[in-house]
Amino acid sequence: MSDPTLVEAGDAVRPGNPPMVERYRLGARVNHWTTAIAMVLLVLSGLAMFHPSLFFLSDIFGGGQNTRILHPWFGIVLFVSFLVLFVQFWRANIWNRSDMSWIAHIGDLVGGHEERMPEVAKYNAGQKFVFWAMALLILALLSSGIIIWDEYFSNLTTIETQRIALLAHSILAILAICVLILHVYAGIWVRGSFDAMIKGSVTVGWAWRHHRKWFRQLVAEPTGGKARSREK
Amino acid sequence: MLDNPYLHNPDAAAKNPPTEGFVENLGLGDLVRRSATAELPPPTRQLTPVAKLIDVSKCIGCKACQSACIEWNDTTPAIEENVGTYMNPHDLTPEMFTLMRFAEWVNPETENLEWLIRKDGCMHCADPGCLKACPAPGAIVQYSNGIVDFIHENCIGCGYCIKGCPFNIPRISRVDHHAYKCTLCSDRVAVGQGPACAKACPTQAIVFGTKDDMKKHAEGRIADLKSRGFENAGLYDPEGVGGTHVMYVLHHADKPHIYSDLPDNPRIPAIVVAWKGVTKSAGLAVMGLAAAGAVLHGLFARANRVSAEDRENAQQLLDGNKPGGHA
Amino acid sequence: MSSLGPTFGRGAMTNSWTDIRNTDLAIVMGGNSAEAHPCGFKWVTEAKANRGARLIVVDPRYTRTASVSDLYMPIRQGTDIAFLLGVIHYCIENDKVQWEYAKNFTNAALIVKDGFDYHDGLFTGYDEKKRQYDRSSWDYEIGPDGFAVVDMTLQHPRCVWNLLKQHVSLYTPEFVERICGTPKEKFLTAAKMIAETSSPAKAMTSMYALGWTQHSHGSQNIRTMAMLQLILGNIGVRGGGMNALRGHSNIQGLTDLGLLSEYMPGYLNMPQEKEPDLKTYLSTRQYKPLRPNQTSYWQNYTKFFVSMQKAIFGAAATAGNDWAYDYIPKLDRPSYDVLQTYELMHQGKITGYFCQGFNPLLAFPNRAKITQSLSNLKWLVTMDPLDTETARFWENHGDYNDVDTASIKTEVIQLPTTCFAEEEGSLTNSGRWLQWHWPAGTPPGEARHDNWIMGQIFLRLRALYRKEGGAFPDPILNLTWDYEDENEPKPAELAREYSGRALTTLNDPTDTKKVIVEAGKQLLNFSQLRDDGSTACGCWIYSGAFNEAGNNMARRDNADKDGLGTYAGWTWSWPINRRIIYNRASCDLQGKPWDPSRKILEWNGAKWVGGDVPDIAPTAKPEDVGPFIMNAEGSARLFARGLMKEGPFPVHYEPFESPIANPVNPKIRGNPAARVFAGDLKQFATSEEFPYAATSYRLTEHFHYWTKHNRVNAALQPEFFVEISEELAREKGIELGGWVRVWSKRGSVKAKAVVTKRIKPLICDGKTVHIVGIPLHWGFTGAARKGFGPNSLTPFVGDANIQTPEYKAFLVNIEPTSPPVGV
Repeated sequence: MSDPTLVEAGDAVRPGNPPMVERYRLGARVNHWTTAIAMVLLVLSGLAMFHPSLFFLSDIFGGGQNTRILHPWFGIVLFVSFLVLFVQFWRANIWNRSDMSWIAHIGDLVGGHEERMPEVAKYNAGQKFVFWAMALLILALLSSGIIIWDEYFSNLTTIETQRIALLAHSILAILAICVLILHVYAGIWVRGSFDAMIKGSVTVGWAWRHHRKWFRQLVAEPTGGKARSREK
Repeated sequence: MLDNPYLHNPDAAAKNPPTEGFVENLGLGDLVRRSATAELPPPTRQLTPVAKLIDVSKCIGCKACQSACIEWNDTTPAIEENVGTYMNPHDLTPEMFTLMRFAEWVNPETENLEWLIRKDGCMHCADPGCLKACPAPGAIVQYSNGIVDFIHENCIGCGYCIKGCPFNIPRISRVDHHAYKCTLCSDRVAVGQGPACAKACPTQAIVFGTKDDMKKHAEGRIADLKSRGFENAGLYDPEGVGGTHVMYVLHHADKPHIYSDLPDNPRIPAIVVAWKGVTKSAGLAVMGLAAAGAVLHGLFARANRVSAEDRENAQQLLDGNKPGGHA
Repeated sequence: MSSLGPTFGRGAMTNSWTDIRNTDLAIVMGGNSAEAHPCGFKWVTEAKANRGARLIVVDPRYTRTASVSDLYMPIRQGTDIAFLLGVIHYCIENDKVQWEYAKNFTNAALIVKDGFDYHDGLFTGYDEKKRQYDRSSWDYEIGPDGFAVVDMTLQHPRCVWNLLKQHVSLYTPEFVERICGTPKEKFLTAAKMIAETSSPAKAMTSMYALGWTQHSHGSQNIRTMAMLQLILGNIGVRGGGMNALRGHSNIQGLTDLGLLSEYMPGYLNMPQEKEPDLKTYLSTRQYKPLRPNQTSYWQNYTKFFVSMQKAIFGAAATAGNDWAYDYIPKLDRPSYDVLQTYELMHQGKITGYFCQGFNPLLAFPNRAKITQSLSNLKWLVTMDPLDTETARFWENHGDYNDVDTASIKTEVIQLPTTCFAEEEGSLTNSGRWLQWHWPAGTPPGEARHDNWIMGQIFLRLRALYRKEGGAFPDPILNLTWDYEDENEPKPAELAREYSGRALTTLNDPTDTKKVIVEAGKQLLNFSQLRDDGSTACGCWIYSGAFNEAGNNMARRDNADKDGLGTYAGWTWSWPINRRIIYNRASCDLQGKPWDPSRKILEWNGAKWVGGDVPDIAPTAKPEDVGPFIMNAEGSARLFARGLMKEGPFPVHYEPFESPIANPVNPKIRGNPAARVFAGDLKQFATSEEFPYAATSYRLTEHFHYWTKHNRVNAALQPEFFVEISEELAREKGIELGGWVRVWSKRGSVKAKAVVTKRIKPLICDGKTVHIVGIPLHWGFTGAARKGFGPNSLTPFVGDANIQTPEYKAFLVNIEPTSPPVGV
């Protein structure tokens, strides 16, 4: 069994021409995109209710009433979906010392000198940050969201608590959106990443460049491939 | 639009209403505030500010106001249980816009019991917290005569108005998911009549007219109360919300809270102000900056691509060779 | 009303609602006008706001009226007489008497004849077995001139004033506190405020209602205040008066039109069996003046009576047949009041019952007895706009109406009627205003106007009598029934009939060529009535309501012409549109107003002029003619002669069920002259078994048992409850909003508990008395939650004079319990 902090189930080098590296199994990808869609819907519906200039977004959902009805349900979908994602991904996202050194070299990354960065296992510190930030924010958004879910829960708390929850929910949502922007942007900026989440696999060059430690591990201990085969 | 003299000098609650027909006359051109609306055209005219004055010292708690409110607004409050008080329903509801609240208070100075009966309902704040909190454009409006009204077709039922209100007034219907509260009978005022409650009040504890007139009327009432030993009698027109268009004459204006928790110094809660003020603008800015930063970085910075060297090194690793260093 | 009549001459509120705004001091005692009369109470708030008037509330509970009062004081229910005699005592002791008024306008100076006496709670002539007095000694000494003897110096030991002074001397502030539980200091504060209105420039109004009438000594409660008001000079003046606030929008009309069994329209007496012919009947109704020059307006009794008979029987009433005197039923007992009627029903002696606009199952005392009585009937007809409990008395509703339906054989016929808002007609308010109204809606379903239903019954009965004859068909066959549509007399036709018309052309008696009224025309008012059969008038006091000027009751001029709230152009007031009766008493002996700022009338040297119709002959000289024109004395009666059954002066009697023995005389239980049926005596409890003093009352959210059918009122006060003090709740382990069982010797109810600071235990005769308040608006039909009425608990006894049941003071016990089981 490979080190779960380095490699996740299903990760494997797939020989061929060109050889590819399996990074996300189908289930994980469906899970991710479910989460992503829920997140986008949440952002759109939430923003519609957050700022008057964005109220037009409520038209996407068929008006303000529908937006108000749907938003918390999107939240529930997001939470459940993210929970499944979390169970799968949390081990590989455990923070370790090399992540600190990666952070220290963040300037090189942005400056286009990724080769100067320390070698990275399955997730780099940035990805881990997104993962943990989202995990915490979603939990907090869920809690505050339930407090202000007027239709079902308004009687459970005082209005003062609900006011605090509303403010907290807004601020947390802003943070979550910023993290989301970071995540989406990173996925686009780091070419090839998008494919990983669409097709499930990355090129060996991508693996070498961005997650060399992970790649080395897969090459050294190709057990993950069996898992992949089983899945097929 | 026909202009209606009663809009400028409304005293119809005391008199019988006019019998001539008026076109409903409280329209878009009279709005001074509209929820979730940044650019509101200036009102086409300034109406005389109106006010409902509730003289708690004259009120006998007969609930004629509640009854008139139910009749006029055609609501159907539930037939609840008795829970040990005269207050029914037990709270404001989407079907009950006004409520007599009964407080038994023993005056520590005289040791006499005082039964303080307060008609609760929307205060029509000059600076309405509900309107500030409302995310739905046009769901809450304020007319230049001071009436704060809910426009139900624009309401999304989120309940933010409840959080914004310093008086805990609006209620969300679980049937149609709209927020409800006293409208100060804007539909009656618009055709030259006073609010239904004022019309029904047998002791004229509720009177309606221009805010200036109501303040003058209150002065007389306060003088009368002072002559009866209520040294702290006064008008409740709290500055914290910019004054209100529903005011109380209180025998003990120094302690409004004895009147079933009437706020001593109401203001829009700081949290709501923070949420609807700095958070709203700053949050949008932060998100906008983040998005813009990402776009700009994407446009102008070099994409992070896999180089030929990376591919080569990867292949070497696969091939069992120790990959070479950087060129 | 059987106390205002014996005191002032007429059984009605003396002033008008609108006049209350002129008062300096309103005392609400024996009522809760803010709660039960919120619209009328507006005039108290006007007086307070505009005149700086003060409001005193005396009540066992701190009521809604108390919440806007300047001075509230508690009193144990049923002890009002002691309180008020205490105030009279205070006024006499402190020389707070309007002397000129008291001497000249009351019978203070008249000498009571030898033989009259009072000891330890009883007057001369008491027969304990019969529970009745021989009242012959309760009268004036008559001089050789045929008039009552007077001593204007008030020195004679037997003058009314000195007898009164002696009578009230027992009622010191300490004695008042001992009986009433009212703290002495508070009592003295109130007494002082009240006494100040003895100034001719000050007026106090007494506003009362069923809080005084619903006692076994109810009439005397009222009389005591009437006496106090006379001493203070507050009768007949603006802002003063005895203001009897009627419990129903038309209950004044009910008594005016003779719906009480012992009266005919206009307070003419129903003949008794011992009055077999008209001559006997009229012999005791000559009303010869007891003092020189006095009006004694009842001297016209024969005119009123004959005109009424002409209205009822038309051509069949002739001088030859004593104006059809034989057609009128003769009472075989003093009255057929509700208690008497149900007693007879209970005994199986009444087997059919026509119940029009009444809900006895909830309204009459001792509900178990009412249910049993209704079950004894062969048939019951109800006429009501609502599905009343009475109509459903046979239906089992679990705890709420636990009857064995199968065993009840009574046939019930429900006739749905229209309600007031669906019909035209007049309502007579407390202030004697006959206000005409028009229908605002069309009746639902099969509902019919009462007039139509009564018309149909009459036509069918008459047809039966025509066909079958019968023992005595004459009254039915000869009843005047000349309406445009005989199926349904129109309200306006009935109004014209009671207002009266000339049957033949009336000429001026002094100038026979001068025509006063042409034949067939409406009479101007009752001054035109004749005793020769030439006039017909259904109700003499209503004469003038609908005359040749039209329907005066429909007038709607709300201009306040004198700025003093007379509103003479608004509808019509009996008598003769007079708004304040006894208003001549607003002026001194020379005819000048006591208070010029509140002038009603004044004597201009030749006649009485002013903003209201003078309650005296317009040219009657002020020095000669007294203001109480209905009384043979010309003055009002501090000493009621034989007109009250339990005595010419009020005495404090405890309720029949009382937490303490009567401190005046512990041997006297209840009102010694009150009628008690044999079976009911056993059902009176003692304070050992039932320690708590209960009272029943109305709440502002509801009107009787009607408005619980309306979803709005039902929402505003949805469920039956009782009110108790925090102290009693603690003692009995009762929680706020919890269920309690309240039971008396006659029945049991379950209710929610309202635990309140507004009720406090009182200390009476050294004993802590807890009060249980029981509102009356719930039953088992309608929109509100099912509940009970206090009549399940109350005793079957009424006032000695008028038989109003004792709803306000009785004994109960209380405990926490489980919710009732309903069906």
